Amino acid sequence: MAKQRTPDGPPPPPVVQRLRLQYAKRGRLRFTSHRDFARAFERALRRAGVPMAFSAGFSPHPKISYVNATPTGVASEAEYVEIALARRCEPDDVRRALDTSLPDGLDILACVEAPADGPSLADLVSGSSWEIRLAGVTAAALGDALERFLREPEVLVERRTKDGVRRLDARAAVHHADVVADPAAAGPCAILRCVVRHVTPAVRPDDILSGLRSVAPGLQPAAPPEARRLAQGLLDEAGLLSDPLGAGRVLSS
Amino acid sequence: MESLFPALERLLPRVQKPIQYVGGELNSQVKEWDAAEVRWALMYPDAYEVGLPNQGVMILYEVLNEVPGVLAERTYSVWPDLAALMRESGVPQFTVDGHRPVAAFDLLGVSFSTELGYTNMLEALDLAGIPISASERTADHPIVVAGGHAAFNPEPIADFVDAAVLGDGEQAVLEITEVVREFKRAGAPGGRAELLLRLAGVEGVYVPSLYDVEYLADGRIKRVVPTTSRAPYRVAKRTGMDLDEWPYPKAPLVPLAETVHERMSVEIFRGCTRGCRFCQAGMITRPVRERSITGIGEMVERGLAATGYEEVGLLSLSSADHSEIGDIARGLADRYQGTQTSLSLPSTRVDAFNVTLAQELSRNGRRSGLTFAPEGGSERLRRVINKTVSKDDLIRTVTTAYAGGWRQVKLYFMCGLPTETDEDVLEIADLARAVISAGREATGQKDIRCTVSIGGFVPKPHTPFQWAAQADHATTDRRLRLLKDALGRDKAIGFRYHDGKPGIVEGLLSRGDRRVGAVIRQAWLDGARFDGWSEHFSFDRWMSAAAAAGVDVDWYTTRERGENEVLPWDHLDSGLEKDWLWSDWQDALREQTVDDCRDVPCFDCGVCPGMNTEIQVGPTGRTLLPLTVSG
Repeated sequence: MAKQRTPDGPPPPPVVQRLRLQYAKRGRLRFTSHRDFARAFERALRRAGVPMAFSAGFSPHPKISYVNATPTGVASEAEYVEIALARRCEPDDVRRALDTSLPDGLDILACVEAPADGPSLADLVSGSSWEIRLAGVTAAALGDALERFLREPEVLVERRTKDGVRRLDARAAVHHADVVADPAAAGPCAILRCVVRHVTPAVRPDDILSGLRSVAPGLQPAAPPEARRLAQGLLDEAGLLSDPLGAGRVLSS
Repeated sequence: MESLFPALERLLPRVQKPIQYVGGELNSQVKEWDAAEVRWALMYPDAYEVGLPNQGVMILYEVLNEVPGVLAERTYSVWPDLAALMRESGVPQFTVDGHRPVAAFDLLGVSFSTELGYTNMLEALDLAGIPISASERTADHPIVVAGGHAAFNPEPIADFVDAAVLGDGEQAVLEITEVVREFKRAGAPGGRAELLLRLAGVEGVYVPSLYDVEYLADGRIKRVVPTTSRAPYRVAKRTGMDLDEWPYPKAPLVPLAETVHERMSVEIFRGCTRGCRFCQAGMITRPVRERSITGIGEMVERGLAATGYEEVGLLSLSSADHSEIGDIARGLADRYQGTQTSLSLPSTRVDAFNVTLAQELSRNGRRSGLTFAPEGGSERLRRVINKTVSKDDLIRTVTTAYAGGWRQVKLYFMCGLPTETDEDVLEIADLARAVISAGREATGQKDIRCTVSIGGFVPKPHTPFQWAAQADHATTDRRLRLLKDALGRDKAIGFRYHDGKPGIVEGLLSRGDRRVGAVIRQAWLDGARFDGWSEHFSFDRWMSAAAAAGVDVDWYTTRERGENEVLPWDHLDSGLEKDWLWSDWQDALREQTVDDCRDVPCFDCGVCPGMNTEIQVGPTGRTLLPLTVSG
């Protein structure tokens, strides 16, 4: 009787270091889906020669943990990923090598060694700060809609998913928000800035826009809204986010 | 030339998988528009996920962009959701590199692996604002050039293309480029008509508008003759003889979007001498030309470094036939041991050597499935198609595979082959059951699988079966049902099949003549796009288009042709002698086989003497040394 095959040779080398990276998704590469990014990232690790730690077995996978990726089409300055290495590396060397290997628009902004103990990366992000740009909408009109939105105890919106229509409360997730006019725009253009709690199911920028439209039906941008995540971090009661890579550094809110 | 991206960007949040339209792939390039004298748009007429990995387009993209003063960008079929938005907002067909309008290029090259891409070309031309009919184009429009295997009978698209390139494209595109460059430098004397005449003078280039087709009263072709002395009576295909001189793609494109092949592919040889009578690729790409073992090693090494891919595919029509394949497999497996790089060898040969190779390549990898292609269900039928493998051979081969740790074997077959009977097809069921019991005996386990995959056979030009009657779709479907019933409900046996209707449309387009062009145009007007995708294909739409165009589909598909009939592609020379093809067709009907000409004296298919050459095979005697690893 033929016995079950097992891989020859020693088991894969153990993890000796974990690195946490912050990356941005910019410009036309904001149309990258999370799966697309994951494939590009793994190839960049190979091209850059990063000594990854692998899982055991016949199909070894590099040890990578992603947290809380932005939806396809949304830009971000603050995405996070953790990688496990089989050989120690200087974090800034890894940052530079990976940034060179990734296409422009997927940019590695920071890389630090993860502490040996302490909370996981996922436990260090509980809120996000977003800006959503609405061309053809005046700051006054958007401010009015926001005021009405914030007055409501609950704003239910519907989102179409693969499994059907989902209803969620867009209001409860918003910690605070304000409106400014885009000084660079030629015509009227308002920017919504908001800090949103990470809840399940996640409330995304388009859910907040749906919520604004449900209290202010006249809100019609002239072009598709452009959303961008500015920061992620641990959200405190005052609405401040602390940097998941830094020792308690407070980010803009 | 201004980028269309800002206009396109507004549409992208509203479409599926927008990343496929943004470009910027690793190893892609955007050359300066104004600095280029000759500009090519290269199209693969299918969705990005299928077109991006296409080797032909990738090779020509690199070859052309290496030439000073020449620019090449890529364009793919856009899905209907984006096409609708583009029409609504006036955004034309664009290239994914510079997002430039396709209509602004000097040339549009379209690579056809299959005839089912024809309607996608019409859709792209229309979206680009280029007239569908070649005769309506002016000096302001690109020259539309077809290439790829389907270009060996471009007659059905003769109304829509300005030219077709027969055979290997690498040198042909460079010569076409120089003709266009010289023509533009001289101030375009004589306009588009003169340029087409000049292109007809390039070896391997066919300009359909320079030929007249005359018909007999019964509808058959009387003759095809050039209308000018500047076009040759017969256009001979191009053949690049030394693959080591053309190590392309050197830096394969790595997409952000998910595509059908995510690996670093190296073409290890071109051509095939097995002589399978159904196989158009094996016939039109003769003679065999091997890449050397060291040439392969260099391409793999450079390609992996340039891409970061974790899988290498060794491509060809029958990869196990390379004269040094054993050394190549061992050498690569040694080199990449411990690097999490997997190696694969798509091959259809049914023999134990093939299994040994696959084992070498997957030394420390997963062994999920191995694929073999007996193609015909019975030994008799396999003699007809010249794929001689006995039932015993097959059982021996799969026994080796199961014993070597493979859990699943896939078997490929065709339905509707010439002379086929119900019994031939039903033998597939016996074969599958014999495979399962051999596998259980070899492993001592019940947990093994065999999947039978079967599709309808479509007779192709430039093969011994070019005269054959195609089986009608009712016959194909009936035999597939019989087979399905015969296979029963055994959980160890999987069954996958394609029904017969798409094959009839493919057959019409494969062996059609210029009169079939009206059907393609009507089908496209009626909404035909992405005909290779079952969710977009409509048989009824094609049949009503044929009826509207007054074309009898049966006459083109299920009718057997006679020895003396002028075939629509007779003036296009694949190197094969028509007399030899006919005698091979007669041998097929007598169930006579012919050996591989690597092993036996030449049997005069006509290719080598016509090109004054011979098959180019090793062994070179060289080996792959381990790479020095630093650090």
